[in-house]
Amino acid sequence: MNKKIQDAGAAGDDESRRDFLLLTTGLVGTVGAALSAWPFIDSMNPAADVLSLSTTEVDLSPVETGQSITVVWRGKPVFIRHRTEQEITQARNVDLAELRDPVPDEDRDIRPEWLVVVGVCPHLGCIPLGQKPGQPRGEWGGWFCPCHGSQFDTSGRIRKGPAPTNLVVPPYRFINETSIQIG
Amino acid sequence: MITSKSAHPVVKWIDERLPVFTFLNRELRDYPTPRNLNYWWSFGSIAGVVLVVMTLTGIMLAMQYTAHMDYAFDSVERIMRDVNYGWLLRYLHMNGGSMFFIVVYIHLFRGIYFGSYKSPREILWALGVVILLLMMATAFMGYVLPWGQMSFWGATVITNLFSAIPLVGDSIVNWLWGGYSIANPTLTRFYALHYLFPFLIFVVVALHLVALHMVKSNNPLGVDAKEPQDTIPFHPYYTAKDFFGFGVFFLVYLGFVFFAPDFFGEPDNYIPANPLATPPHIVPEWYFLPFYAILRVVPDIEVFGFILVEAKLAGVILMFGSILVLFFLPWLDSSKVRSARFRPIFKQFFWIFLADCLLLGWVGANPPEGSFVVLGRIGTAFYFAYFIIIIPLVARFEKPLPLPSSVVSSVLNEKKGERS
Ligand code: HEM
Ligand code: FES
Repeated sequence: MNKKIQDAGAAGDDESRRDFLLLTTGLVGTVGAALSAWPFIDSMNPAADVLSLSTTEVDLSPVETGQSITVVWRGKPVFIRHRTEQEITQARNVDLAELRDPVPDEDRDIRPEWLVVVGVCPHLGCIPLGQKPGQPRGEWGGWFCPCHGSQFDTSGRIRKGPAPTNLVVPPYRFINETSIQIG
Repeated sequence: MITSKSAHPVVKWIDERLPVFTFLNRELRDYPTPRNLNYWWSFGSIAGVVLVVMTLTGIMLAMQYTAHMDYAFDSVERIMRDVNYGWLLRYLHMNGGSMFFIVVYIHLFRGIYFGSYKSPREILWALGVVILLLMMATAFMGYVLPWGQMSFWGATVITNLFSAIPLVGDSIVNWLWGGYSIANPTLTRFYALHYLFPFLIFVVVALHLVALHMVKSNNPLGVDAKEPQDTIPFHPYYTAKDFFGFGVFFLVYLGFVFFAPDFFGEPDNYIPANPLATPPHIVPEWYFLPFYAILRVVPDIEVFGFILVEAKLAGVILMFGSILVLFFLPWLDSSKVRSARFRPIFKQFFWIFLADCLLLGWVGANPPEGSFVVLGRIGTAFYFAYFIIIIPLVARFEKPLPLPSSVVSSVLNEKKGERS
């Protein structure tokens, strides 16, 4: 900057005032620009119509003990298994210390005979096998993920393989004796 | 105002207002190029040609393609069956993607072998790595567009990688998807970005070339071209050489297009996407296999029995790290000698490294079980050791062979040797 002009002003005072204005306008401008990016970013988040599809009702009455059904919730499969006595005891008589993601079976169901879990492997999102008779269910009688070999028990908990966590229990409630609403 | 050297009055008139002719003359005609470039130096311009072919075929495909999950698969089948030459456009585009990666990988290994990343070409090299990352993103999103089983499940597995990020992982994944699973919003955004990214690649390629013409080409000897006799004009010498390279390249490329168009493809991608059934064996396109191998074989990283980074996150970090480490190569290798021709130890490790990348590719194509996991871990360990330990140590302790005093002296000596 030209030395003369600078000296002509009320010297030091003016300079710090100018610096202050430059700094604050610069800061406000930058923050404003950064904030205005949010609508662009948020437009890519799930839209209202996608969110509105986020509950599913399921009639459980046709499902016999020992059977499983798969329903679709938010575009993902949800596994519903009508567990046998044996499967329930198996799930409950587990030493929690053995588990990678220790959660007692009691905390993973509303009624012990019905297990409801999202059928998406927590590893990288494949769909585990074990819903249909004849499909492999792994050593713990639950599900087996064909992609990288994760194995789940009859409570949908991870027992072996790369998945870091258990199959997710979606939010659901019983709307009457024989049907549930997921989501 | 510049004074154009052109004799033609119209050319001169334009040139003095917009100096395109002066520019082309300087950068593509007189441009001094080392006289000893071999065919490994043709792959850069071949990559440029592939980029143009991808863009042209892509634009023609875009006129026929429908980016909606209910119609995408059928619209691609329609391109294959009903659109005039649609099969040709699609096979050119599909195989062009594979060719692009072959060409760029050769280009990149050429750079490593001849030390082209060293001063003063660090930025040139870094821009190349940026192009590689953009290409990978483009190809990944393009592969989702036909909406077959591999499109869907490949995209599921890869986007789920981001869920490994602590705390915000799941929100990021839902943001990427625009929903709770891969569905229509995902397809439409991938399509928009697949159209955009190649144009970003053009921009970075332009910068790559500006950087190149700033510092000029390296050469197989790795010594700077100093005297005028070390160089020859780009045209006609290297235009001719490059065009011969294009010819050979198109023989290979069109060989695949016409005689083995599905050679690089996965049969499962001719099955429409089914969100409720995972194919038994998910594999990405071949050019991602080494990285996919790294992703899957990494175990929990433990320190004294305490899990520091769990396997999923560790796999993701190392997979991205395997490419990001390339950015640091110019500083990891402190040897002043560029070309492996004069670096006996470096040369041996280079070939082991190349073999290691192929090994990782093979592991990536196989299920992560038994000995493949062991091989993959050894391969991954070597991959990183190569960059982080071997290269710096070799640079310090290797005794390079004597360098020729100049490009021209070496070239003329070779000629003499041949004659006697
Ligand atoms: C960097 C350059 C590009 C690469 C690496 C690339 C890669 C790919 C790949 C791997 C596919 C899937 C092929 C298949 O299995 O069917 C694809 C599909 C597609 N690409 Fe590209 N692409 C590039 C440039 C472009 C451009 C510039 C456009 C349009 C302007 C475009 C439009 C399309 C369309 C419409 C499809 C879907 C049709 C089909 O699947 O064949 N691409 N791309
Ligand atoms: S996705 Fe299930 S084990 Fe990897």
